[in-house]
Amino acid sequence: MFGYYLDLAVRSFRRNRVLTALMVLALALGIGATITTLTILRLLSGDPLPQKSAQLFYPQLDPSPMDGYVAGQTKPPAIMTWPDAMNLLRARRARYQAAMAPVQARIVPQHANQPPYFADGLMTTADFFPMFDVPFQYGSGWTAADDDSHAAVAVIGSALNQRLFAGQNSVGKTLRIGDHDFRVIGVLKPWSPQPMFYTVAQSGRSYGEGTSIFLPLQTARANLMSPSGDIECYAAITDIKHLETAPCEWLAMWVQLDTPAAVADYKRFLDGYVHQQIALGRLKRPDDSLLDLMGVLRDQQVVPDDVRLQAYIAFGFLLICVVNTVGLLLAKCLRRSNEIGVRRALGATRRAVFAQFMVEAGIVGLAGGVLGLVFAELGLWAIRHQPAQYASLAHLDMAMFAFTFVVALTASLVAGLLPAWRACVVAPAPQLKAS
Amino acid sequence: MTLHPMIAALRKHKAGVILIALQIALTLAIVCNAVFIIGQRIERVNRPTGLKEQDLFLVTNQWVGAPTGDDPASIQKLDALLREDLATLRALPDVASVTPVNSVPLLNSSWNGSVALKPDTALLGGKARTTYYFGDQNFIGTLGVHLIAGRDFNAGDVTNKGFRNTSEPSVIIVSKALADTLFPKGDAIGKVIYLDGSGTPSTIVGEVARIQSPATGSWAGAFVWNAVIEPIRLNANFARYAVRAKPGRLQAAMREATPALYKADPMRVLDDDSVKSFADIRAHAYRADVGMAVLMGVICVILLGVTAAGIVGLTSFWVGQRHRQIGVRRALGARKVDILHYFQMENLLIAGLGAVAGIALAVGLNLLLMKYYEMDRMPVPYVLAGVVLVLLLGQGAVFTPARRASNVPPVVATRAA
Repeated sequence: MFGYYLDLAVRSFRRNRVLTALMVLALALGIGATITTLTILRLLSGDPLPQKSAQLFYPQLDPSPMDGYVAGQTKPPAIMTWPDAMNLLRARRARYQAAMAPVQARIVPQHANQPPYFADGLMTTADFFPMFDVPFQYGSGWTAADDDSHAAVAVIGSALNQRLFAGQNSVGKTLRIGDHDFRVIGVLKPWSPQPMFYTVAQSGRSYGEGTSIFLPLQTARANLMSPSGDIECYAAITDIKHLETAPCEWLAMWVQLDTPAAVADYKRFLDGYVHQQIALGRLKRPDDSLLDLMGVLRDQQVVPDDVRLQAYIAFGFLLICVVNTVGLLLAKCLRRSNEIGVRRALGATRRAVFAQFMVEAGIVGLAGGVLGLVFAELGLWAIRHQPAQYASLAHLDMAMFAFTFVVALTASLVAGLLPAWRACVVAPAPQLKAS
Repeated sequence: MTLHPMIAALRKHKAGVILIALQIALTLAIVCNAVFIIGQRIERVNRPTGLKEQDLFLVTNQWVGAPTGDDPASIQKLDALLREDLATLRALPDVASVTPVNSVPLLNSSWNGSVALKPDTALLGGKARTTYYFGDQNFIGTLGVHLIAGRDFNAGDVTNKGFRNTSEPSVIIVSKALADTLFPKGDAIGKVIYLDGSGTPSTIVGEVARIQSPATGSWAGAFVWNAVIEPIRLNANFARYAVRAKPGRLQAAMREATPALYKADPMRVLDDDSVKSFADIRAHAYRADVGMAVLMGVICVILLGVTAAGIVGLTSFWVGQRHRQIGVRRALGARKVDILHYFQMENLLIAGLGAVAGIALAVGLNLLLMKYYEMDRMPVPYVLAGVVLVLLLGQGAVFTPARRASNVPPVVATRAA
């Protein structure tokens, strides 16, 4: 029977080419727009570390003075001062904990004729690597002892290793950064979680290539490397070079807490720490927070409002296209009342007529889906040529590909329901009489 | 023409009527809001920076092997390099004037803080957030900012300091927006304020009408017109120069700049991006807004097209279905124009129904957007314009099928259906 319905559907399409083309085109435009914007939305609101994001937390506290403070309304800043970060780090109350700040590392190539250049770097502490499951190609990260002894060691990303050492095992090689020599102790496999969550509050740059060089925080600071991210000061500053003592926030702090009990414990510890510091007179404001990774991304509004807005508009667009398809299918089907009357008189059941029209709607949907996929690819191609940070990541993946067809088929079947129902309730006798 | 028979006829086609009305309502809701968003973006893009933007360009220069700028000797060395560059640029045949700058409006590289009326005020307690501009005595003239009160900087005001030096200048010029915030009585000239919680007073010597902040993000929206201009040459291992070309000589001046600077001192980096016209800076700053406006525009056009196609499709079907009845009406004396008007009137009725529902939807959508996004209340004219638009769209779409209907000959009535 299915084959027969297909044949009938194709015949009916041939009779009303313009109307059919219009339906398919409208549905395809709606689907194309929706899939394009959804792909971008999914790309931007994705989980950078799916296997671990639920265990990663971001302590925040507020070192500002009391002026301007409104209890319950003032949010603690997204970054931390050096003393607070060091105190939390040394307390070792979480499974892993690391402080970090982005830095522009001036790399001086060994060949004298090559000009020095800047690489996106990160100053951090030893736990960074195990906490974020950073994959190593060669060597390993440094230890807490290396942090304390200001060891001149570095871990480099795979792209930098390719550029500097032609992708060879460069562990043990020397790298000149600024005016100091660092020993390479680890080389990463390609690693760039998207969005770049760990410095999202500091760099504002959320998507793109991964960090290319990692340096121990204390070592880098001993060499007076300045953070390249945000520096927020809450009081007048006299010396911005020695950020350790300045009233400024510039460090991000991440901790790993494996169980809900550990999270509750850590929150208690954090509250206790803040109260202790208030008693000591160092802190004034009592607020703190402990967001998880996805919470931080929401808090930092990593997904631009415009992108969300576009997705909603596209959904509205699809809705209108579906309504449009319902109308056109209905028009087509009512025009064929005679044909339906004849079929019914010859013994077709209502169910058979219903099935026939649903098959027809389904074909429109599949055709709309295929064309919609073409439109979606076109849309994503256009977005890849936009100057946005995430542009190069805009690709249609398999899940979205499958989703396109589910959306197309669902939309067209929903659109087909009303006309198919109207068709199957056609009473055969009057139709036959009239003609 | 009485509406009664028309409504009676429409009752027979409830599904079709509801579908067209629904489509028109949804179209109205989305198009109204989209056009409103376009309007807002255009307004944002078109707001003047306060600069004379024509003939203005920016040079960003990075010195190679320059001193770090942390001790007095190296700061003086950096300052010598800077002044040499200023002289080189000023000597170009197509250049009118030059000033060193830390940033320019729309560049998205800003230096912000807050000012207070009392010394040693903690930053958050400061009276007004502001952006800072640094330049020499040519800053006002080169950027083409309009000085409305007080005086411009003179060569004696201008000093230089290292990039990380936090000392504050003794004289400053402020934007009118900031002056009005601090001194609502409008007597800012000669008054003293304190920058960034410093204990050193800075005297306001001049006031400019308007100068936009370099930051275009929404975070800077609260102080986008607040600016303090300091007569200071900042010394670091990089420098920016704002250059005003002689009228109409922008391209020539931009072409001359790079070779001239390299000739004066080859130890520097100037790449393709280093010499940028202000028009480019503006385009770059607003590209997301322009992109959004274009996207919304495209969606609106396609949406209207789809809706029109839907109306054409359904009306054509109705015309086909009523072929015989039209013939009967013609045979009983109806003129062609009566038939035409019938279908036009019918469409107006349905579109009107849809428009009423659409107004409610449009306002609801606007309220929803206001709740979750930075969106203003949509003014009534937008909705009214949208209603007129969808009614016209309906009339445009119905015209061809209605014409076809009016051409049905009366003789059809005599034939069997």
